[in-house]
Amino acid sequence: MPNLEHPAYPADDLLHLESLVPCRESQVSMLLSIFGERQQFSFPSIFIYGHTSSGKTYVMQTLLTTLQLPHVFVNCVEHFTSRLLLEEILIQLQNCSGTEQTSPVHCDTLNDFVRLFKQALASQELQDQTLYIVLDRAEQLREMEANILPAFLRLQELTDRNVTVVLLSEIVWELFRPNVGCFEPFTMYFPDYSIGHLQKILSQNHPPEYSADFYAAYINILLGVFYMVCRDLKELRHLAALNFAKYCEPVVRGEANERDTRKLWKNIEPHLKKAMQTVYLREISSSQWERLQQDGGEPGQLKGLSAHTHVELPYYSKFLLIAAYLASYNPVRTDKRFFLKHHGKIRKTNFMKKHEKTSNHLLGPKPFPLDRLLAILYSIVDNRVAPTANIFSQITSLVTLQLLSMVGQHDQLDGPRYKCTVSLDFIRTIAR
Amino acid sequence: QQIQEDLNKQLLDNLLSFLSRSHSDFQEKTTKWTCRMKFREIPTAALVLGVNVTDHNLTFRGLSDVLQDNITPYVALLEAKDCPGIKNLMQKLMGQLMNCDIEVDSLEDEDCVQVSQNRIRCSMPSLVSWYESVTKKTDSETPSKKRNSSSRHWQSPPVVVIFKDMESFTTKVLQDFIVISSQHIHELPLVLIFGIATSPMIIHRLLPHSVSSLLCIELFQSLSCKEHLSTIIDKLLLTSRFPFKLGGKVLQVLINIFLYHDFSVQNFIKGFQLCIMEHFYSQPLSVLCCHLADIKKRVYSLSNDQCENIRRLPSFRRYVEKQESGKQVELLTNDSFLKEETEKLLEDLHVYHENYVSILRCLHVFTSSLPKYPLGKQIRELHCACLENQVWETEEYESSLQLARMLNKADLVTMLQQCVEILMSSSGKEFNKTVEKLKEFLTQFQNLEAEASQERDVSVSSQKELQKKTDLYHLQKTLLELKESRRSKKLTKFEMLRFEVVDYIDRLVRKYLVPADKRTLHEIVYFNAATVLRGHLNAAPRTALHTALNNPHWYLKNQALKCDGGGISNKAPDICIVYKLHLECGRLINLVDWLEAFSTVVMAAEEPNADAASSDEVDDIIHARFIRAVSELELLGFIKPSKQKTDHVARLTWGGC
Repeated sequence: MPNLEHPAYPADDLLHLESLVPCRESQVSMLLSIFGERQQFSFPSIFIYGHTSSGKTYVMQTLLTTLQLPHVFVNCVEHFTSRLLLEEILIQLQNCSGTEQTSPVHCDTLNDFVRLFKQALASQELQDQTLYIVLDRAEQLREMEANILPAFLRLQELTDRNVTVVLLSEIVWELFRPNVGCFEPFTMYFPDYSIGHLQKILSQNHPPEYSADFYAAYINILLGVFYMVCRDLKELRHLAALNFAKYCEPVVRGEANERDTRKLWKNIEPHLKKAMQTVYLREISSSQWERLQQDGGEPGQLKGLSAHTHVELPYYSKFLLIAAYLASYNPVRTDKRFFLKHHGKIRKTNFMKKHEKTSNHLLGPKPFPLDRLLAILYSIVDNRVAPTANIFSQITSLVTLQLLSMVGQHDQLDGPRYKCTVSLDFIRTIAR
Repeated sequence: QQIQEDLNKQLLDNLLSFLSRSHSDFQEKTTKWTCRMKFREIPTAALVLGVNVTDHNLTFRGLSDVLQDNITPYVALLEAKDCPGIKNLMQKLMGQLMNCDIEVDSLEDEDCVQVSQNRIRCSMPSLVSWYESVTKKTDSETPSKKRNSSSRHWQSPPVVVIFKDMESFTTKVLQDFIVISSQHIHELPLVLIFGIATSPMIIHRLLPHSVSSLLCIELFQSLSCKEHLSTIIDKLLLTSRFPFKLGGKVLQVLINIFLYHDFSVQNFIKGFQLCIMEHFYSQPLSVLCCHLADIKKRVYSLSNDQCENIRRLPSFRRYVEKQESGKQVELLTNDSFLKEETEKLLEDLHVYHENYVSILRCLHVFTSSLPKYPLGKQIRELHCACLENQVWETEEYESSLQLARMLNKADLVTMLQQCVEILMSSSGKEFNKTVEKLKEFLTQFQNLEAEASQERDVSVSSQKELQKKTDLYHLQKTLLELKESRRSKKLTKFEMLRFEVVDYIDRLVRKYLVPADKRTLHEIVYFNAATVLRGHLNAAPRTALHTALNNPHWYLKNQALKCDGGGISNKAPDICIVYKLHLECGRLINLVDWLEAFSTVVMAAEEPNADAASSDEVDDIIHARFIRAVSELELLGFIKPSKQKTDHVARLTWGGC
């Protein structure tokens, strides 16, 4: 494993940095060599991508703060318009320079931004250092104005200052590239953590009351259960914190000492499996889980989110929904056969129905006009239904409940078309 | 009317009691705030409210009021229709939060806050800074001032954001909002509340796992709306507190609308209010529909006409006919005598209501636990049945009595106890005897138990005897005897008692559950015009439009328009003629043919002997009238221009296919 070394930075800082970013040494050293020394111009834009929680944001942040490089860190989801984004960058810039001018910044266009950016840099003692602008969740940039992304990519050129833009994203660069062509950033990939890495990282922050070995053993068990379904570091850390109290229980009670791994394993394993079925899927919330652990009760008492699938609907709404389902999944030409009293060839119909149903279910729901829905409704409800306003308002309320969805323009008054969005299971429970 | 206000208040109380329940859990969660911090989860409450969307507004208003009173001044209600994008959502959120802030400390810097609001940047950091400034301000305030706020709120009150209709939000907006707020959860204690109408699965459908893992969701289920309805019916109809009553058919209509159409309690209440209005508006004697205390005063202030009105009531006429002739004359001629009689009758009616309700509850206790529920599971069904006709004549009642005769002892005893409780709690004076009787039954049952144990002793001893005897014949004989005696003796006593109880209940029912329309003067307090109500509540736009166009006399009340059968009168408005002609056509209508038909109809009566030249060429005026009528039809949505054939229009209504 290569030790971090760079002539520009003090050795103990680097050592500290290395301890903070386990399993990412190679990437960090790569970044450092790109950055070069403080005053050197660096690559204009760097694009870093990797899967969820592969440490992109964390590495960048620790790198920049421990080495005390001037930087601006912005999340693009949070600043959802270009104006907010640019203003946020400028505000942070003012703050990091330390000049206490709290005048509100106004920056509507990129042109303004470049001007103000130059001003901000000129007023500070930053000219001799590279400024880093980190844009987290950069995939949002694509949805802003078309000029934002290319401009950020060549900000160095536009402002003629020593600045490097770092884009962090979960998707590859190829999906970013605009049609018109732009400056190609230096791309860098952060690979997923392997199980060994996860083990190492998770065991690093063990609680002070227990020894590191003890915690490492616990993490080992935890990973054994959860690694199959979840490789998200954040999620794993969350689960580890939630279930650790239970793991320690025998030790606290004095039934087992810290070395007694087998016994502890036996104690925790069913518990973890239960957790996988409930907490991990967010069937029950973590606070409920904690309460459960304290009570020592069975999780059977607590119903998960998906246990409440039953939906109560008014009488005619049920029929409307069923009619909508039939209209969505049956082709128009079979209507006459299914819903008319006198039709011939029953045996053939049955066969056809089965055949068509499978294929139609694979195709998904088809839109149907309102009149057809009502016609089917009249034929499946036993007694007469008056086409009152109540029925029509029920259709719209079904749309707001997202059980039906409207197809086409919303303000089209003549012949609105709908689609049924519920599944066969749902219809089955309703039809009962 | 104050009754209506009462009514609304009751509904709100109902809601609030439910909310406080969900709310207590909620508070618990906020206390655990600190421990949640490290996980970066946003505490979230998922409120499953059922599909009656119209009721939700009230619920949420109540909820936010409660929250504002007890926990935090910072509550924002968000609706999907206001928030098509994340930007609008943030703007709305900030606006609401800042506004409620202004309400709290309106004394000092109201104008300064308002000024800054105009040019505020709608983003999370500004929200955070605002929050910090606000909380700091409350900290630095003088304690005397602070007492007011901090006694109700906490040191750092959470910011509650309520999403009224989770289903209608676009996924992206929600996801973005959750991601953003999870970034700032350390600085801004945020609590989300999702209002869910269908099922909690919607959360998983709307949010991917990476987002939902940022939430710490707890589920709260509200009462189902059916239960809600029964409590309301219980409180409004089955009490003697409100003099106004609904007739059986009307109640049935209201309940049907509720069950078949919308599940909306609010609509039910509105229907009820409509009934009240209609009753007081249409029934001249409804002045007498008031509390018992006021009756005397009002009866004596009746005018001559009103007395005549009373005499005209069918139920009163029936009553008069039953009296002897001297009294009949007196009733029909003497106003003051009539007033006295009326007062007495109204008081009778009031007493009848009191008795009715409690006996109804007793009967419900019995019938609700029978298998297959011959008289309905809910008390409202029983109520309807009793209002409709004499309940003891129905088949269902017979079968339920049959079933009641087969109940086992434990159930019977508990039911009797419940009945005693109900009757004790009711205010009626006549029930003392009934209660005594029921108590007597109870003691008899207890005696039975004691006897049974004695008998068991006897049988044990006889068994001992049996062991002594070895003779086969004797053995058989004694065994048979024993069996018989056991069956006949022990069971008959219990059975007899059971029969007695059921008969007694039957007698009570016959005495007290007389349908209301058999009572004299029931018209004063009962609203029975079910057809009127149905016409008001079940709007049928298509039918109305059809009758208006097909039979203009119905709405215009013009004698000339009265037509018989299928003929098309030429005196009708143009649009009616056009409509009737279009009914005869297929999916595509040829405009030229239509015009021809129209002109013949119009010309038919006007000038039957017009010369051939003018009838050949269609008159310009008629042409214009036709075009106007057709475009009116198009505006109403009956036809639209078709692209298949240029001189045709497509028909959009029924019968086209």
